[in-house]
Amino acid sequence: MREEYRYGEFANVVTSMDYERLMCATGPYEGEILRVSDKKHPHKIAWVSCVGSRQVIPGGNSYCSGVCCTYSQKQVILTKDHNPEAHCTIFHNDIRSHGKDFERYYERTANLPGVEFIRSYVTIVREIPETKNVVIRYSTPDGVKEEEFDMVVLSVGLNPPADNVDMADKFGIELNSHGFSKTVVSNPLETTRPGIFVSGSFRGPTDIPDSVFSASGAGSQCGELLDYRRGNLTKERIYPVEKDVSQEEPRIGVFVCHCGANISRVVDIPSTVEYSLSLPNVVYATNQLFSCATNSAQEITDIAKEKGLNRVVLAACSPRTLEPLFRDTLREAGLNQYYLEMSNIREHCSWVHSKEKDEATIKAKELIRMSVARANHLEPLQEFDLPVNKTALVVGGGIAGMTSALSIANQGHEVHLVEKDTDLGGMARKIHYTLEGLDVQEYLGDIIRKVYQHPSIHVYTNASITEASGYVGNFVTKVKSEIGLLEVKHGATIIATGAEVYKPTEYLYGEDDRVMTHLELEEQIANREEKLINSESLVMIQCVGCRNEDRNYCSRICCSESVKNALKLKEINPQMDIYILFRDMRTYGYNENYYREAASKDVKFIRYEPQDKPQVEAVVEEGRPVLRVTVTDIILDKKLELDADYLALAAAIIPAEDRKGVAGLFKVSLGVDGFFKEAHVKLRPVEFGADGVYLCGIAHYPKLIAETVSQAYGAAGRALTLLSHETVVASGSVCEVNEKKCIGCGACISACSYGALEFHDTRHGKKVGINPVLCKGDGLCNAKCPTGAIALKHFTDEGLMSQIDAAVQGL
Amino acid sequence: MCSGRVDLEFVLRAFSNGMDGVFIGGCRLNECNYDTQGNYDALNMVLLSKKIMEHIGLNPERLRIEFISSGEGNLFAEVMSDFGKKVKELGPLGKGEGIDQVELTSKLQEIRKLVPYIKLAKRDKLAMRLGKQEEYDTLFTRDEIDSLFNEVVSYYIDPGKCQACTICAQRCPVDAIISAKKQIHVVDQEKCIKCGNCFEACPSKFGAVTKISGEPVPPPLPEGERAIG
Repeated sequence: MREEYRYGEFANVVTSMDYERLMCATGPYEGEILRVSDKKHPHKIAWVSCVGSRQVIPGGNSYCSGVCCTYSQKQVILTKDHNPEAHCTIFHNDIRSHGKDFERYYERTANLPGVEFIRSYVTIVREIPETKNVVIRYSTPDGVKEEEFDMVVLSVGLNPPADNVDMADKFGIELNSHGFSKTVVSNPLETTRPGIFVSGSFRGPTDIPDSVFSASGAGSQCGELLDYRRGNLTKERIYPVEKDVSQEEPRIGVFVCHCGANISRVVDIPSTVEYSLSLPNVVYATNQLFSCATNSAQEITDIAKEKGLNRVVLAACSPRTLEPLFRDTLREAGLNQYYLEMSNIREHCSWVHSKEKDEATIKAKELIRMSVARANHLEPLQEFDLPVNKTALVVGGGIAGMTSALSIANQGHEVHLVEKDTDLGGMARKIHYTLEGLDVQEYLGDIIRKVYQHPSIHVYTNASITEASGYVGNFVTKVKSEIGLLEVKHGATIIATGAEVYKPTEYLYGEDDRVMTHLELEEQIANREEKLINSESLVMIQCVGCRNEDRNYCSRICCSESVKNALKLKEINPQMDIYILFRDMRTYGYNENYYREAASKDVKFIRYEPQDKPQVEAVVEEGRPVLRVTVTDIILDKKLELDADYLALAAAIIPAEDRKGVAGLFKVSLGVDGFFKEAHVKLRPVEFGADGVYLCGIAHYPKLIAETVSQAYGAAGRALTLLSHETVVASGSVCEVNEKKCIGCGACISACSYGALEFHDTRHGKKVGINPVLCKGDGLCNAKCPTGAIALKHFTDEGLMSQIDAAVQGL
Repeated sequence: MCSGRVDLEFVLRAFSNGMDGVFIGGCRLNECNYDTQGNYDALNMVLLSKKIMEHIGLNPERLRIEFISSGEGNLFAEVMSDFGKKVKELGPLGKGEGIDQVELTSKLQEIRKLVPYIKLAKRDKLAMRLGKQEEYDTLFTRDEIDSLFNEVVSYYIDPGKCQACTICAQRCPVDAIISAKKQIHVVDQEKCIKCGNCFEACPSKFGAVTKISGEPVPPPLPEGERAIG
C-alpha cells in the first residue's frame, strides 16, 4: 500500500480486512469494534474508497475491484448495528452498486441516521498526538475541508494472488497485464491452455455470487471433457446402522449456538442452557460457539452417543440452510435424521430483537420450550428414492440458454431448447461487439450452428409452453411450436428467458428520430450509418428508466455499453464531440480501463444529480437543427448547453413481459424488481427454491455477455449434479392415511394438487389411499380432514399443537 | 409445510390457551413455490375463523393473515409491529371485548369440539379460490355461522329400531358408538364428531340412526337395559 495512506504509521488507520476482523466474533476483541490505540469504541469513522483500485500509479491497480463499495456499506450497516450513535462517512468517487439488489442496499445505508456519502478524493493528513485521531482533507463544493475521525478504514481492492506467476508457470497458462489469469475472449472460464479452466477471482475481481456460479460453470466444462469417466471414483458414504429408539422414552439434548456473537451478543446463552435443562425430557444441554463448525457437529454426534440422546434440539439459525447438515450429524450418531428439531433463535430472535436483550432471552427460551415440546412427538421417518429423467428442458434460446444447453448436451444428455422467437439468439442479436473486442454476431452464429448441429439438442422456435407439471427429476412440460403440441418429459429445467430494453418516454424518445437507445446506437454504428458517423456531436444520457422510484435498481451494463459505443465512434470519427451524462460511472472490473481510455480520447463525462436531470429540446441553431441538452455542471456550478446531432439514452434493462407466466408455470419466484429470484444470492445463485429448476442470464439480472456465459455454464453444472444421478431422494415428510378414521368425504382429494390421493373401495366403504411419491408434504389435506384420518408426517397435529400449548406455559 | 397446513383447531387452540392474537404468514398469493396455492386455503380458514370469533364475541382483528414474500423483510417487520400494536390496543383476550373469562373458555371449548363438524359442513367453501378482496367478506357470513351453531346436528340411535348389527360402530371413525352383539348401540355424544357416517351406514331396513338438528338429544338407555331379545 502506498505510504500516503499512513497505514502502519497511524494506529487508527486500518484496512477494510482489518475492520472485518474487528467486527468478527472470533476477532481480536470478540466482535467489539475497538480502536487499537486505546481500546475505546470509535464514534466517528471514515471509509476511504478505491484504495489501490482505479489508480494508474505505482502501487495501484488500474481496474475497479467492484466489491468495495458494497462491502463498505455492509461495514457501515454492521457498525451502526453495533453502535447506533456511530457517525459513518464514506468518501468515494462513484458509488458502484451494480449488483443485484445493491442499489436498494446503497439506499438503505445512505438513509441511516449519521451516515454520509461524500464524493471526493481524500488525503490523510496527520494524526493528533494526544487522541490518535486521524485528520482527513477532502474537497467540498465550498472548498477544501479538514476533519478529524476516530478511525479511518481503507477500502482496499483485490490483487492477483501472490503466487500468480508461479502458478501460471506450473499450469502453463498466461496471465493478463494485471497479473490475473488470462481467459479466452469467447469463454470467460477457459484459460489460454485448453483443458484448464478458471473460476472465481483469479479471473479478476469477482463478487461472491459470480465466484460461486463460475465455479459450477468451470465444473460443468470439466464435466464435458470427463463425462466418459463419470462416477469411476465415487464412493458411497456409509452411515452407522440406525438404532430403533421409537420405544424409548424421549431423551432430548439441547444445543444452544452462539453463532459467533450473532446470537450471544443479544441472548443470554448460559441462562438459556440452564433453562433448557429444566424442560421435560431434556437430559442434556450445552452451548456451542458455532454449531455448524465441523468440530461442533462432531461434538453433537459424540454427545448423542455418550448420553444416549434420542432427540436433538438445535437452538441456532433457520433450518432453511443448515437442517441438512444437522440431520447428517444425527445419522452419524446412529439416529434417524427426523429426530432433529431446530429452534430458530437467530433470525426469529437475536437478529430482530438486538435492542431488547432481556426480552430476546425470554423469547429464545420460549422458542426452545416449543421446540422441546415438539421434539417429544418426533418420529423416525424413511426417505425414498425417485428416479431421475436424464433429459433437460431449457427455456429461452439466447446466449444463456444455448450455452447451458450445449454444456448439458456435451455431457451426454438430451436437451429440449424452447425459444419464443423465430430465431435463436435473444438480446445478443442486437449486440455487435464487446469492449474486449469480441465479434458478437460471429460468436452468436457459431453457437447457433453448434446448437443446431448437436444431435442431442432439440430446438423449438416460435414456441410457447402451455402447461408444466411434475417435480424434480420428473417434470412434464407441454411445448407448442411450429411442429405442433409436444409433451416433453425431463428431469431438470433451466429458465433463461432473458429480459427487455426499456422503451423511454423521456428525452424526446419516440418523438424525434435523432433520439435513440444505446442498443439502437450500437446498431447504427455497426451499420456505419453515414449521418451518424459523420455527425459533429453526440450526447449520451445514463440511467434512463432505472435507479428511480419505478425501478429501484441499476441496470449494470449501461455504463460499459455507453463507453463501448463512445470508443467505437471515436475510432471511426476522432473529431466527434461525445458527452456522457452520468450519475455514477459504474464501469466495474477491467471495464474501468476503457472508461479511462474514453476520457483520454476526449469523451467528456459530466455528472448530473437525479433531482436535476438534463433537459432536451429540439432547436435550430444557426440553420443547423440540433438537440439542445441542458445540464448542470456540478463542478463548475453552471448550466451547460450541449448542441447534439444525436442523443443516445442508456435505457434500463427491464424484466421480460412474460416473466409472470413463466414464473407461474414453473412455480418459481420473482424478486421485487421483477427479475427471477434465485434460491439464495450467495449459496445457491443459479438455483430456484423449487428443486430441479435453474436460472441463468439476464432473466436473473442484467449482465454482460461474459457474465452470462459464465452463469449459463454454472446453471448447466448445477443441473448436471441432478441429471448425473440415477435417483433423487424425496423427503420422508409425506402424508399417511389412517383408514379406520377415513369417512370418505374427499375433502383431502380436492385439496391435493399433485394427485397423490385417490379413493378406493373397502368393506367399510370408500376410503382414501396415498401415493407417497407424489406427495410434496404441504399438508393441506391434513388441515382439511375433519376426522384426523390423514396426517402429514413430521408436522403432525400432535407435534404442532404441543408447540402451541408450550408457547403459553409461563417461564 | 404450507400455510394451508394451519388447522382451524390450531387457531382456536391458541385462543383457548389465552393468546391475545394469532398471526399467520404465507407466501404472496399466486406466487406459490409449488403447485398448491395453499395460501388460499389458509385465507379461507382465517375468514371462517374470523366469523366464528365474531360469533363468540371476540374481536376478529385478533387474527391476521398476511401474504409476504421472503424478499420483503421490511414489509414483514412493518406488519408485525403493526399487529403487535393492534393486539395491545385490543387488550387481553376476552377482557377487551368484555366477555366473562369462564364463559369465553367454555364457548371456545364447545366450538373446538365442533371443528370436525365445521370442516365437513364448510368443506366446499374452504376449498374455494377467492379472486377479489371484495369476496373475502362475503365468503362466510355472520348469519351463516350463527345458524351453523344454532342448528348443530346430532346423531341418535333409536333403541326401538336398533338391531345391534355393529355396522355403524365399525364405520365410526372415532369409536364413538358403544356397541356389542345383542346390545342396543348408543352414540357417545362426547366423543361423536357428527360426521354422519353412522347415519349413512345403518341399513335402510332398520333406519335406526336419526339425525337431530337444533334439538336436545334424548338420554341414552341405561347400561343395564340395552340387551336385545
